[in-house]
Amino acid sequence: MKTSLKSGMTATALLLSFGTAIAFAGPIEDRKAKMKEVGKQTGIIGKMVKGETAFDGQAALAAYVAMGNAGTGFGELFPEDSKTGGETTASPKIWDDRAGFEAAGKKFGEDLGAAIQSGVPADLNALKASFGSVAQNCKACHTDYRIKKN
Amino acid sequence: MKRLMKWFLAAVVLGLGVFWWLSEPRLPLESGVGLSELTDAEPDLTKGERIFWAGGCASCHAKKGASGDDKLLLGGGHRLDTPFGTFVTPNISPDKKNGIGEWSLEEFAVAMLHGVSPDGAHYYPSFPYNSYRKMQLEDVSALYSYLMTLQPVARENEPHELGIFFSWRRSLGIWKRLFSNHKWAVEVDDSNSSLVRGRYLVEVLGHCGECHTPRNVLGGLETGSWLAGGPAPEGLGKIPNITPDENGIGSWSDADIAYYLESGFTPDFDSVGGSMTSVQQNFAKLPKEDREAVAAYLKSIPPISSK
Repeated sequence: MKTSLKSGMTATALLLSFGTAIAFAGPIEDRKAKMKEVGKQTGIIGKMVKGETAFDGQAALAAYVAMGNAGTGFGELFPEDSKTGGETTASPKIWDDRAGFEAAGKKFGEDLGAAIQSGVPADLNALKASFGSVAQNCKACHTDYRIKKN
Repeated sequence: MKRLMKWFLAAVVLGLGVFWWLSEPRLPLESGVGLSELTDAEPDLTKGERIFWAGGCASCHAKKGASGDDKLLLGGGHRLDTPFGTFVTPNISPDKKNGIGEWSLEEFAVAMLHGVSPDGAHYYPSFPYNSYRKMQLEDVSALYSYLMTLQPVARENEPHELGIFFSWRRSLGIWKRLFSNHKWAVEVDDSNSSLVRGRYLVEVLGHCGECHTPRNVLGGLETGSWLAGGPAPEGLGKIPNITPDENGIGSWSDADIAYYLESGFTPDFDSVGGSMTSVQQNFAKLPKEDREAVAAYLKSIPPISSK
């Protein structure tokens, strides 16, 4: 009885601390996971463009769509209390210049939307063109709104 | 007691004299040699443009975030936040009043190679003359001719906002004596033209070491940790290790490095960011063999683990 009470208390404490951890680290972990997924999909297309893998139009379109799914809701994961912690590489400029940050996200959404709208790319050159338009948004945003920490 | 005072005063005067002599913005004897012949040569603007992009002039002297032809409007005005204070980059457009429009080639060369202004004052090393000092004279001349073809910008210069200990330019003469030298950071095989070119692009024109090599408390480069990264000398965050160490870019192939400089993508398709974006865009404008030369050099240097 005593033992089960003790373990029950331990479990409750664990649950509580887990809950706390989620409440504080949630948006940082979530936006990292989303960005990682966007990066993975970028790699699928990027490797075709770079010449490391063979051109596959269907797979490229699927990657664009997956990128869009992963990116959805990304901009909402930067509440005021998530400026620091969790080894975030988010720049304080996100909060100082919210309008600029959101405009950069919107631009990415539009360029990605256009790439998805045009369907399966006909050949590598078509893919290079759409990738150029979509991928320029990575560095555009990372120039102002990310800080490298390692 | 009186005698002791005399000796003390004499020592102070002597000390000041030595300081004055050491900090004098005088030029090494070799300056000026050959420049007069270069003035008469037909300006090589194609070469000048290549030096301009490799040297990264636009990254600090064009407006922040400028793209396309706006990268050629060199009115300055970037604010560089450093541990020593805020440096405001100057106007280097050929504007006659606020830029360098009235400068002679010789004045330009002295500024680029020795960090001394036409009116004889030391420049702060936020202007990377410590890297540029090994520039070939014909490259200085070609760059000068190219800069003079650009559109003048009227923006007036602003003073730097520095801590009291750093606001006296004369003391930079001592700094230069401590931290300027003509030695290469890395010895390379002189018969390998790609390595020689790569070293010139990285150590001199691209001035990569100014950010990628850590600095000591006085702001001098810790050359023993050449390109091993460290705290950003300007702004926030850290600068990556770009030596072939496992903490650096040891896993990148030559082709990966060249592709990064062309496209801005790392081998796992993370993108370039921060102040490196502009540098990468500069390198994308260079001929392919220049990016390959940088890659060859970076693969050849000693691997150093980050601190």
